[in-house]
Amino acid sequence: MTTLTDPPKGAFRPSMLLYDSRYRSLTLQAIAAIVLACCFLYLYSNLAANLRAAGLNISYDFLGNPAGYDINQTLIDYTSQSTNWRAAVVGILNTLLVAFLACITATVFGVLAGVLRLSPNWLVRKLMAFYVEIFRNIPVLIWIIIIFTIMTAVLPSPSAFRGENASSSMLFDAVAMTNRGVYVPGPYFTRGFGAEGNGALNWLLVIAVLVGSLIATRMVTASADAKQAATGVRPKTLWLNLGIWFVPIIVVLFALGLTWDYPALKGFNFQGGLKIGGPLIALWFALSIYTGAFIAENVRAGIQAVSKGQTEAAAALGLRPRRIMGLVVLPQALRVIIPPLISQYLNITKNSSLAIAVGYADITATLGGITLNQTGRAIECVLLLMLFYLIISLLISAFMNVYNNAMKLKER
Amino acid sequence: MKKTAIFGALTIAGLAAGAAAAGTLDDVKARGKLNCGVTTGLVGFAAPDANGKWEGFDVAVCRAVAAAVLGDGDAVEFVPTTGKTRFTALASGEIDVLARNTTWTFSRDVDLKFNFIGVNYYDGQGFMVPKALGVSSAKDLDGATVCIQTGTTTELNLADFFRTNNISYEPVPIETNAEAQQQYLAGACDVYTTDASGLAATRATFETPGDHILLPEIISKEPLGPLVRHGDDEWGDVVAWTLYALIAAEELGVTSANVAEIGTSTNNPEIKRLLGTEGTLGEMMGVDADWAAKAIAVGGNYGEIFAKNIGEETPIGLARGLNAQWTNGGLIYAPPFR
Repeated sequence: MTTLTDPPKGAFRPSMLLYDSRYRSLTLQAIAAIVLACCFLYLYSNLAANLRAAGLNISYDFLGNPAGYDINQTLIDYTSQSTNWRAAVVGILNTLLVAFLACITATVFGVLAGVLRLSPNWLVRKLMAFYVEIFRNIPVLIWIIIIFTIMTAVLPSPSAFRGENASSSMLFDAVAMTNRGVYVPGPYFTRGFGAEGNGALNWLLVIAVLVGSLIATRMVTASADAKQAATGVRPKTLWLNLGIWFVPIIVVLFALGLTWDYPALKGFNFQGGLKIGGPLIALWFALSIYTGAFIAENVRAGIQAVSKGQTEAAAALGLRPRRIMGLVVLPQALRVIIPPLISQYLNITKNSSLAIAVGYADITATLGGITLNQTGRAIECVLLLMLFYLIISLLISAFMNVYNNAMKLKER
Repeated sequence: MKKTAIFGALTIAGLAAGAAAAGTLDDVKARGKLNCGVTTGLVGFAAPDANGKWEGFDVAVCRAVAAAVLGDGDAVEFVPTTGKTRFTALASGEIDVLARNTTWTFSRDVDLKFNFIGVNYYDGQGFMVPKALGVSSAKDLDGATVCIQTGTTTELNLADFFRTNNISYEPVPIETNAEAQQQYLAGACDVYTTDASGLAATRATFETPGDHILLPEIISKEPLGPLVRHGDDEWGDVVAWTLYALIAAEELGVTSANVAEIGTSTNNPEIKRLLGTEGTLGEMMGVDADWAAKAIAVGGNYGEIFAKNIGEETPIGLARGLNAQWTNGGLIYAPPFR
């Protein structure tokens, strides 16, 4: 009869922390953590002591004081008498706006260029390779400045639209492209809710109707799928879906009294309508086209990661190339594409801090630029800026990770 | 990028700032070099020349202080600072004096704990517009697009001016003078506004300066001067009185040409006290007796420095105006040396 004996269980000795491989890595990690913490503590106490010696203090009171300066693009009400905090919020919204727009267009550019880089057509393939290499290898700051400079140099100034025989004219009498920005007709409501019928409530209502339509069409599609699975016959849903999309929104817009405000030249500038500022366009376009080049490479890598056998098998089953791409290749490629795509979105958000180069009032330009400079509160402003970018980046990461989890290979 | 630069500078400055707690004057003497904060480059005020030697109106103040304290006008380490980094650099002790056409304001003096030790240039904010616009007063600028060089007091003045006059405008903040100039010339903005001296300097570089006019309104007071940290009065005195020595020298007729001999040849007791051939002014301040003579010998008196860097003979072509001696109807005035 054999008995299982436990391995000798010696008492724990301190020397085991160093000589026993079970504990050694823990020891080293603990030491590293303590050293790191001491470094930060030293830096912080040093900073605090030096600030005290200089008679300065860390205070965020300045956020409640009037900012005193004006901002050219404000998504919320803002005057020079608003607080520094509100100026920071204006900057935050501007950053989010350009980051959001650039993420969408960069994805469109990137997916198009990435797919076309694998085109069987030699010319298309080489053109896309050219695009990727050119835009990827020149710093984005240079692109922002180049695009802005070209825009201001090529497009006419508003004064060119003036007079009997003006050298420039508006497109369809509605759109004015000037070197200060593009003026387009702006929608407004004559019978809406809120002040002068133009409260934010109207837009929320419009968005709610659109979301409702989206959900309704999804349900129609789902029921069509179920019917097809059950009977093998797919009911026609096109007209029903079109109706769900268009009828409610048209009714709502008509009820609110949607009207268009056309831009017109008055004084120095066009007045009325909606202005899309030159700095926004330059920054948006530069970020999109620059990051699009990186995304194109991610997309190409993702597609090439799907084994050729899959394509050939799908072709053998008689699927057309477009359906092979849509049904077989892209769903698998997405698993490879999404993780690097997250970091490209983060890059766009962080690169948008170059906005001040073209005078776009993002958070770095308002809080980290003018407010910092006028109040002299450099440490406070920079800490706030770091916090903001950190939070935004983590949020984008979190959202994209949720999407990634939804798309990734389900192992059962 | 800028964030990390500021933070890195803060950290390094924090680590090195132990020394800054002692008297700055002793520190500078022990180091044998003056650390002077200047702009990253504004021709006429502070910019490196073709040989990499810093030249300009603000630079001359730094060199004069170095000469007064260390006896050598070249014993200066020029630290280029931007509108954003300048105050941090001074507060942390990275630089001993900031001579960077900085406007003397209440909050900078009181809240940021600095001491402005005098004014070396009286400026004011002006507007430049193309002549073709047909504008003759800044009050006609309702609805105009205005290019501003950001990071200065100009943004606040501009907002105040338009608010007071109840007219609207659209600001285009631009980081550097060069970019603002390009935007203005391309017609992306109707007006360019900054300190009147800067406008004159900018207009001088245009192909056709005659096509642009400076509007008559000067909407702010911009007294530009060097500043030091609050709380080290001995050092503040040295910098202040070096500037006053340059100003007094012009008033008294002491120039870089005659400074070597006028101290002994003159009968004017104030010149003798200034140049240290009589009295103990230098000793009181903790520097050599001939400190002022050395300071003046580097670049000449205030008038010579003005004429050489930004005066009417230079491309910048600024008239003395408010910056003439008080005896000529200007505001430049030095307290008596006694």
